[in-house]
Amino acid sequence: MEVLFYITAAVTFLATLRVITHVHAVHALLYLVVALIALSLIFYLLGAEFAAALEIIIYGGAIMVLFIFVVMLLGPLAVEQERTWLTPSAWIGPSILALVLLGEVGYLIAAGDHTALTVGEPRQKAVSIALFGPYIIGVELASMLLLPGLIGAYHLGRRLSKEAR
Amino acid sequence: MLSLLWLIPALPLAGFLLLALCGGRLTRPQIAWVGCGSVGTAAVTTALVATDFFRVFPERESYQQTLWNWIDTSGMTVGISWYLDALSLLMVAVITGIGFLIHLYSAEYMADDDGYARFFAYMNLFVSAMLTLVLADNLLLLYLGWEGVGLCSYLLIGFWYREPEYGAAAQKAFIVTRIGDTAFAVGLFILFTQFKSLSIQQVQSLATESWPVGSDLAIIVAVLFLIGAVGKSAQLPLQVWLPDAMAGPTPVSALIHAATMVTAGVYLIARMHHLFALAPLVQEVIAVLGLATLLLAATSALVQHDIKRVLAYSTMSQIGYMFLALGVGAWSAALFHFLTHSCFKALLFLAAGSVIHSLHHEQDIFKMGGLRRHLPWTFWTFLIGAAAMSGVPLVTSGFYSKDWILWSVWSSPISHRWIWFGALFGAMLTGLYSFRLIFRVFLGEVRTQPTGESGLAMRVPLVVLAFLALTVGFLEMPHTLGNVTVFSQYLSHALPTTEVLPGIDESSEVREQLAVTVAALLGIGLAALLFLPGSMVASRWTDQSTDHSSMTLVQAGWGFDRLYDRLFVRPWFSLTRHSGDMLDRGYEWLAVCVESCHGWMSHTQTGHVRWYAATIAVGTLMLLGLFAL
Amino acid sequence: MLSTPALVLAMMLFGLGLIGLLSRRNVLYMLLSLEIMLNAAALAFIAGGARWGQVDGEIMFLFILTLAAAEVSVALGIVLQLSYRFRTLDADAFCEMKG
Repeated sequence: MEVLFYITAAVTFLATLRVITHVHAVHALLYLVVALIALSLIFYLLGAEFAAALEIIIYGGAIMVLFIFVVMLLGPLAVEQERTWLTPSAWIGPSILALVLLGEVGYLIAAGDHTALTVGEPRQKAVSIALFGPYIIGVELASMLLLPGLIGAYHLGRRLSKEAR
Repeated sequence: MLSLLWLIPALPLAGFLLLALCGGRLTRPQIAWVGCGSVGTAAVTTALVATDFFRVFPERESYQQTLWNWIDTSGMTVGISWYLDALSLLMVAVITGIGFLIHLYSAEYMADDDGYARFFAYMNLFVSAMLTLVLADNLLLLYLGWEGVGLCSYLLIGFWYREPEYGAAAQKAFIVTRIGDTAFAVGLFILFTQFKSLSIQQVQSLATESWPVGSDLAIIVAVLFLIGAVGKSAQLPLQVWLPDAMAGPTPVSALIHAATMVTAGVYLIARMHHLFALAPLVQEVIAVLGLATLLLAATSALVQHDIKRVLAYSTMSQIGYMFLALGVGAWSAALFHFLTHSCFKALLFLAAGSVIHSLHHEQDIFKMGGLRRHLPWTFWTFLIGAAAMSGVPLVTSGFYSKDWILWSVWSSPISHRWIWFGALFGAMLTGLYSFRLIFRVFLGEVRTQPTGESGLAMRVPLVVLAFLALTVGFLEMPHTLGNVTVFSQYLSHALPTTEVLPGIDESSEVREQLAVTVAALLGIGLAALLFLPGSMVASRWTDQSTDHSSMTLVQAGWGFDRLYDRLFVRPWFSLTRHSGDMLDRGYEWLAVCVESCHGWMSHTQTGHVRWYAATIAVGTLMLLGLFAL
Repeated sequence: MLSTPALVLAMMLFGLGLIGLLSRRNVLYMLLSLEIMLNAAALAFIAGGARWGQVDGEIMFLFILTLAAAEVSVALGIVLQLSYRFRTLDADAFCEMKG
């Protein structure tokens, strides 16, 4: 268990380091995805299964896809990146780190140490009860935060499309 | 039907909202219908509620209706709730009834004015605020109505806002009454901190339980409430706004003087009578203030040139009688005088408005005369009003109410003889100035040619009010004259009965009544001697009255305006003008400091996002360092 | 327990994010660094929750997730606007609002 944690932590650290040092946006994003997946594994090891799932679905999925779309939209930069798109240096780093993570998961399954995988008391129930009980004001605030986010994004995007025309 | 109680203040409010929001789109007849109709239906609702009140509560206890919670925080719950008892029902009946007549009258009086919708909107709001005031179950709601009345008086006195002096008069009324309002608010705060409640009934029963008679807190609160009442009711020393309030249209004056505003102070003291009973000292002050005001106002009324100012001073004088009655503990007598006064004062104002209307807004009584033949309706109704105000015995309502007050002053254990003599002298003066108006305006030769009698909408209220001014007095007649006690019976559950000194018998009551009668008739006779056209004295007095310097002092209401100007306004202005520089320099120095600091700090505003992020990080590190230490 | 090493990792990630935020001039990379910092904070919450066996850490993670979603949607809109108006993503070029 602890060994797994340290390996994952190392992967996270290295991937994050590459995010902030890389010169190409898409590559940096790939590294960031790896870092997020590793982080979700750490969440899992810490016993927060639901958070781990959300980390992959929302962070690694939705938010990163949003980033990649924007990078695509930034026209001239994308053309420049097109040339270095398929060089080994672009994918070899993330691949190695991802492979390490894959090996870990494989080990977890193969080692038969199912205590790490078995879900004892479903924590999610307690989380939900707490979320809509004492933390209801936080939920309200979060919804109030999301609404301006929606309006702001709509507004910024709308002006762009109007002026671009 | 009792559950319709909430409609009474709500209907005029609805009328106000309708007129304020879409008054511009309505035609003039529609505006008049909305304006009069809202108050009229409120009057009808009052009648329905009253019949039901008498049926459900034969003992005339009280009925409460809570609509919803207005303020609900920990330790403080204030509801929008109404309280109906004999006292508030009387007030509501007068406000809606007389208010409706005044609205009806205004429909014609204001017909040519540009601000027709605005006028009726303000009037409706005024009536609604006054109804809120008298129906409120708690002091905060009462205060809401209190302030609403103050606001509407400001709006209506300054109704013709294009004239700067009218605007100044409105501001004066607002500011002077504000002094009283502030004291009233402080009284509210003290009551709330003491009893954690603002319900009128609860506060008073708690006060009676926990405060001994004459305790400091009781006196302080009573004094603060008295200042509030004095401000609203235009009594000494906050009376200066009332004569200037004549700047508004005449129906407004009628509404302010007869049904709303100035009677609010009387109502407040009567409503809080348990509290004032705990402070006998303050009650004595009320009596003395009332006496001083009634004499001061009566003498001022005697020398005014403006017909409306005469009536304004007469109102102050009559309210002085009510305060006097409150001060000697004759609660019912004060309310009875309020009832009769509402009738005859509304009548006098509306009749005066009719005169002014027909004379193209001429208000100087020295330019009037001989209107008796040209305006017969106005003359006879005005005559009835003046007779009621001066207390012509037996046939007018003013006689019965004034006699009751004077008898209470005579017989009350908490009064003095000299107060009675002062009040009697005031009664003589009342007759004098009332009939001075009659003789000046309606007799003699014609000085300004009138356009003729006004229309039906103005005549009907005059006749109805004249009828009331004659007959309302028969609700209460002394033992010696028929012994009718309808009114005091009616109020017996809401207000304590008047105490009578032991050893006072009927013969002294007869003597006292004779004195009142003689005083009133003497005043009228004196007026005939002095002002009746053709009498010797009258010709000498006609045009010289302004020349005496002592006369101008009395004319200006005994110079209170000038006194306050010297005492408060000018010192304040000079303070701001001279020593203000030093204070200014301090603030200038502060401004320079802030500006230089800003210049220095604005260098950190580089516009670089990363710089901001770095400063945030450094700040966080420093905070963490502080925690680590 | 893994909480202490997890907290150390969170601290290191936060530091990396901060370095990235301060050293990179490209707005896009600054945003990526912000995401890293948010994740580090989330990890600290999760570690704290695991240490005390309470659900509050996970709830805080949920709030951080919401915050990040709102932040990213607006921030990326701004990035698009900036690149359209200034034809660059250099953060130091956008300093018209200096005092």
